[in-house]
Amino acid sequence: MLLNAKNLHYRALNEALRKTSDDCTVTECCGQRYIAAGMSAKNITISGTPGNALGAYLNGATITVHGNAQEAVGDTMNAGKIVVHGNIGDAAGYAMRGGKIFVKGNAGYRAGIHMKAYEEKKPLMVIGGTAGSFLGEYQAGGAIVVLGLGAKDNEIVGYFPCTGMHGGKMFLRSDCRNVKFPNQLTARAADKTDLEELNVYVSEYCDLFGYNLHEVLSSPFTVITPDSKSPYKQMYVAN
Amino acid sequence: MSVEFVYPEFEIIRNTERCTACRICERQCANKVHSFRKERDVMEADETKCVNCQRCVSFCPTRALKIVKSDCTLRENANWQNETIKEIYRQANRGGVLLSSMGNPKPLPVYWDKILINASQVTNPPIDPLREPMETRVFLGKKPEKVQRYQNGKLKYELPPQMELSMPILFSAMSYGSVSYNAHASLARAAKELGIFYNTGEGGLHEDFYCYGKNTVVQVASGRFGVHEEYLKAGSAIEIKMGQGAKPGIGGHLPGHKIVGDISRTRMIPQGSDAISPAPHHDIYSIEDLCQLVFSLKEVTEYKKPIIVKVAAVHNIAAIASGIARSGADIIAIDGFRGGTGAAPTRIRDNVGIPVELALAAVDSRLREEGIRNHVSLIVGGSVRSAADVVKAIALGADACYIATAALLALGCHLCRTCQSGNCNWGIATQRPELVERLDPDAGSRRLINLMNAWRHEIKELMGGMGINSIESLRGNRLMLRGISMTDKELEILGISHAGE
Repeated sequence: MLLNAKNLHYRALNEALRKTSDDCTVTECCGQRYIAAGMSAKNITISGTPGNALGAYLNGATITVHGNAQEAVGDTMNAGKIVVHGNIGDAAGYAMRGGKIFVKGNAGYRAGIHMKAYEEKKPLMVIGGTAGSFLGEYQAGGAIVVLGLGAKDNEIVGYFPCTGMHGGKMFLRSDCRNVKFPNQLTARAADKTDLEELNVYVSEYCDLFGYNLHEVLSSPFTVITPDSKSPYKQMYVAN
Repeated sequence: MSVEFVYPEFEIIRNTERCTACRICERQCANKVHSFRKERDVMEADETKCVNCQRCVSFCPTRALKIVKSDCTLRENANWQNETIKEIYRQANRGGVLLSSMGNPKPLPVYWDKILINASQVTNPPIDPLREPMETRVFLGKKPEKVQRYQNGKLKYELPPQMELSMPILFSAMSYGSVSYNAHASLARAAKELGIFYNTGEGGLHEDFYCYGKNTVVQVASGRFGVHEEYLKAGSAIEIKMGQGAKPGIGGHLPGHKIVGDISRTRMIPQGSDAISPAPHHDIYSIEDLCQLVFSLKEVTEYKKPIIVKVAAVHNIAAIASGIARSGADIIAIDGFRGGTGAAPTRIRDNVGIPVELALAAVDSRLREEGIRNHVSLIVGGSVRSAADVVKAIALGADACYIATAALLALGCHLCRTCQSGNCNWGIATQRPELVERLDPDAGSRRLINLMNAWRHEIKELMGGMGINSIESLRGNRLMLRGISMTDKELEILGISHAGE
C-alpha cells in the first residue's frame, strides 16, 4: 500500500497503517510522530523525515527510513527492526527490550538508555557514525555497537557513556584512549569471542548499508561490560 | 556491650503464667525473635530482632504476649532526641543511607484533621441514605467544555475515554515485587467486585491478572519494567509515574536478590539483576516531552484509554499540574508527602514534598483560574485514612482518592514499617512463599470489600448530612468545609473559611 503523508496528521497516518495488513510505503513524510507505534508483522518503508517516537513500543514490525529520523526512535521497543539510512536524534531505543535498530549515520544524546534484555529478547542497536553523550546510561542488557564510520577527528562517543551500566555489552570501534568510563565497569580490547559476536551484528549493518565487513572489522574495538549487576548497591542501613 | 550497640526499640513482655510454650509465636515470627529453651522449658525472646509487627501478639492463643516500647532511653534532650541519636549510631556503624518504609511518621500537621464538614440544619434538610438514593459513582477523564449538538439538534454525546468508578476511590500503585502475589490478587479481586480500580505499580502485570484488566490501571515508570504493547492494552487506563509522594525526586531500586521467579518474568528482566528506576524519565525533560509520552501511549492504545500522570506534591505543584493538564493527560494524580512506600531513604521520606491537602487545593484553584479544570480529573493520595478524608478531599476539589496504606491495613498490615526487609509476617511485603501464603486472597479481598462498603456508606451519610445526594455536587464545594486552628495563610491556600465564619 502506498501512503502519501503530505499534510496528513499522524493519527490518520497511523490509522491507515493499522488498518492494512499489507506492507506499506509512506512517502513525503514530514515530522509525523509515533509512526507504527506498537505495530507488529508488517514492513513499513518511509521516505522523508518521520517525527519523534518512531516505532515506539514496536512489537515486530520492520521500519525502513530513507532519510533521517528524530528523537526517541524505538522507545520501549519490544520486537521488530528499525533501519535508518541517515542520522537519528536523542534518546533512541530508550528502555528497549527486544528488536534491532540500525542507524547508518550518527545518533544524538542518550542513545540506548536503560536498554534491557529478557530471556530470548536481546536488543541490538548499531550506530554507524558517532554517538552523543550519555550513551547506554543504566544499560541493563542487550548490545550497543558504535562504528564511528566517517567520524574523522570527532570522538566516537560524547561524555559520560555507560553511567550506571549494570548489564549487556557495548562495542566501540576505537581504542577509546580519550573516552572516560565510570569505575564500575571493564573496558578492554575485543578478543576473539567478542569479534565473533560483533561479526553477526556488523555484517547485518554492512549488508543493509553497503559497507565492506572486512574493512569495518579491521579496526580495533573496545568492549565495555559492567562489573556488577548491582552498581548502586550502596550500603543501606535499616532504620 | 560495644559502642556499636543500639538498644532495641521494643520489649517483649511474656506473661509466664499464661504462656504454655506452645511455640506458635516462634513459628509465626519470620524475624526469629522467639525461641524455645529446652533445658528450662520456657520461651525466650531476642528483642533486637523485633519490629513490632504484632504477628505473635495476634496469634498467641493465651494472650500471653505484649510488645511495649522500651523505657530504656538516653538522657532526655529536646534537641537531640532518642531517635536522632540512634540514627547517628546506625550510620556511624554501617556508613549507609538510612532506609525506611511506609509513610512519613513525623508529627507534621495533618490538615484533614483541621478541616470540619458542614451539615444541614432547618433550612436545607439532610438526606437519609437509608431511604433515598445517593450517587457515589464518578467518571474520571477529560470532560467537554460545553454541550455540543449536531446540526439536526441531537446531542453530541461522544466523550473522551472515561474510567467509571462506583465510588470515588482507587487502590493506588503497589508493584508486584514490593508486595506479594496474594496482595495483588486480593486488590484485583476486590477492585473487580467493587467496580473500582487497582494499580499494577511499575513492576508489570502478572499473567494471572490480565483477567482483571477492566479494573486495572497499568503503570509506566522510568524503568519501563514489563511495559509492552499487550500490557498497555490490558488495563482500562495507563498511569505515567513521574513521582511518588514518599520519595519525590528520586527513583526506585529493587535489589537483584528480590528479582526472582515470577518477579523477574513480570518485570521482564533477568533474575538477580537490579531493577533500577532512574529518578527522571530520561526522555522527559519538559512538558512537551511529557506530551510526547502521553500521546505515544494514546497512539498505541488507539485513544481508547485515559492517561493518568502521577506526580508527587512538591512546592510548585500548581504550575506543574497546569502544565500536565495541557500535555494531553486525562487525569492528574497527586501524591502527598505522607504517602507510603516499600522502601525510601528516611531523609527523603521525612523531609521532601508537601501535604496533599494544600497541594490539592492549590492545583484545583489554579486549574479553575486558568479555565482548564475540565481538561483533567484529579486523583489525590498520600495518606487518605478514612471516609471523612475522602469527603474533605472531594470538597477541596478532587474527583477521587487513591488509597494504599489503608488497603494494606485491611489486608493485615500493622504498620511496623520494615517492608524493605522482605520478611513481612503478614504476607504482604514479602516474596517468601511460606509468608506469602499467610495472606489468603479470599479473605483479603473480602476485607477490602468490607472496608470500601463501610466507607461508601459513611460517605453517603456525610453527604446526606450536608443535603447533598450526589458526589458530583460535592466536588470542589469548599463552602462545605471550615478550618480550625489554622493561620490565615493556610485558610487562604485551602480556600476555606475558619469555623465560625
